[in-house]
Amino acid sequence: MSLPEMDWVPVWLTMQLAGVTVVVLLLVGTPLAWWLAFTTSRFRTLVEAVVALPLVLPPTVLGFYLLVALGPHGWVGGPWKHLTGAPLSFTFTGLVIASTFYSLPFVVQPLHGSFESVGKKPLEAAWTLGASRFDAFLTVASPMAIRGFLSAVVLGFAHTLGEFGVVLMVGGNVPGVTDVLSITIYDHVESLEYTQAHVLSVLLLAFSFLILTIVYAINRRLPVHVS
Amino acid sequence: MNTLTARFDVQYATFHLHAAVDVPLQGVTAIFGPSGCGKTTFLRCMAGLERSSRGVIRFGDVVWQDEARKIFLPVMKRPIGYVFQEPRLFPHLSVRANLIYGFKRIPRQRRRLSFERIVEILDLHNLLKRRPHHLSGGEQQRVAIGRALLTSPALLLMDEPLSSLDMTRKNEILPFLQRLNQDLRVPVLYVSHDLNEILQLADHVVVIKEGTVVATGTIQDVFARLDLPGLVEPNVVGAVIETTVADHEPQFGLTRVEFAGRSLFIPQQALPIGTSLRVQILARDVSLVVGVPAAQSSVLNALDARVIEVGESQSDPYTVKVKLDVGCPLLAMITRKSLHQLKLHPGQNVQAHFKAVALRW
Repeated sequence: MSLPEMDWVPVWLTMQLAGVTVVVLLLVGTPLAWWLAFTTSRFRTLVEAVVALPLVLPPTVLGFYLLVALGPHGWVGGPWKHLTGAPLSFTFTGLVIASTFYSLPFVVQPLHGSFESVGKKPLEAAWTLGASRFDAFLTVASPMAIRGFLSAVVLGFAHTLGEFGVVLMVGGNVPGVTDVLSITIYDHVESLEYTQAHVLSVLLLAFSFLILTIVYAINRRLPVHVS
Repeated sequence: MNTLTARFDVQYATFHLHAAVDVPLQGVTAIFGPSGCGKTTFLRCMAGLERSSRGVIRFGDVVWQDEARKIFLPVMKRPIGYVFQEPRLFPHLSVRANLIYGFKRIPRQRRRLSFERIVEILDLHNLLKRRPHHLSGGEQQRVAIGRALLTSPALLLMDEPLSSLDMTRKNEILPFLQRLNQDLRVPVLYVSHDLNEILQLADHVVVIKEGTVVATGTIQDVFARLDLPGLVEPNVVGAVIETTVADHEPQFGLTRVEFAGRSLFIPQQALPIGTSLRVQILARDVSLVVGVPAAQSSVLNALDARVIEVGESQSDPYTVKVKLDVGCPLLAMITRKSLHQLKLHPGQNVQAHFKAVALRW
């Protein structure tokens, strides 16, 4: 059984999407998780609920709203089109934005948890030793929260790999641009190409299983125990 | 002499700290009081970890905080070292990396204390390569003290650094603290509720009770006050005296020490003659003799004394405190009946008989 040439495109595309999304998620999710862990603001609960929404919403609901927002007449897509000349819906950038929302809780929650268990005490110690707030975050809080970061990266990546509903709504099925693995598998099944569907499904299954195993193994051996 | 001036008001739902103190920037100043009286908050305000409304902190000529002028030097900019109750070492770094964390972050020209010196004074050689969680509690606290000192602080703030340790570990660290003060000349603010630690370490004392400063001064003066709220009863300190070892009487197991031209006998100390030694007398170990004393007494220490003042005991209505001058202030706790029989009054000359002990470990 040989893999048809075409099928490597969605694999590569999916990896790219998951990779870029994880980077964006870390940039957005880290400050957000930090704020959630240390703020005393009364809006904290509200923000926590909003971040967790993608966990319970049907992906199609999230996808629908994102499609409306990102579309050529949406409040994000409109100005975007005005600036760049191209809409956001049915593009790779649009997919990254959608995936970021979709996978946000999978990054924010582990980070939030581990920042909270690091707590303020080591930070205070670092400050009294002359470290600026950012310095203390980089050299004390981040290494102490390493398990949180690891979980966040892996869960964010793996969850983006597996998304379907949101991608279908926002990205459609543009070959080489938005047809990620899960969509390609769906297409194969639709066209009764079970062999190709099998190959990609096994690939996705094995890959997800592998990275989760690696994470749990590393997690057990990390030198830093914050409890 | 430089002074640390602090005025602040901190108001929480259940807690109020109102402090106004001037502390000499020399030696060890103890912040003393019962648990929950605001000592830690006081220290956190000094460090800038807590921001008090209407606060003013002046360190010598430098203003650290003046809310009226909207000045607040953040904690990382203050030249302080802070030793917390728990060591707070960074678990992901080796002992060496913990020690140099602050050292690396201060400008080269401010590095007054070298790595080698601190490692030697605190005896950290064998720990350098280890991780914090492989150290005992006492070792961890020693590393934390070294880490704070390596920022060459102009002021070292210590928040009950021995409270999480058992007696053995405490006695392991106390000598180091004493050496720090003598060798490094870093002024220390030392928060504690443990009278013994304070008697051993402090030169000055700030007494805090229920969020208010009730006494400040040298340790001799503060503990000689009659109006100190019942913080330390029933073990009221009679006197804390700086003495010099004069000679030893090994056949009797005694050491003679001198202060202000007077002699005291204490249980024998293995110290060379000429060593300075702090001696404590407990107020209830002092008895007073009026009139011509017998030529011989079984009490070894007898000093001529003048009654300065008589005050009430806070814990026992049948006991009174008598403040005496024996070349230094001395408090005696005697029964009300003795006061009545001896007809003690200010200005009267009496003799004070007492036993004295060395304040060392």
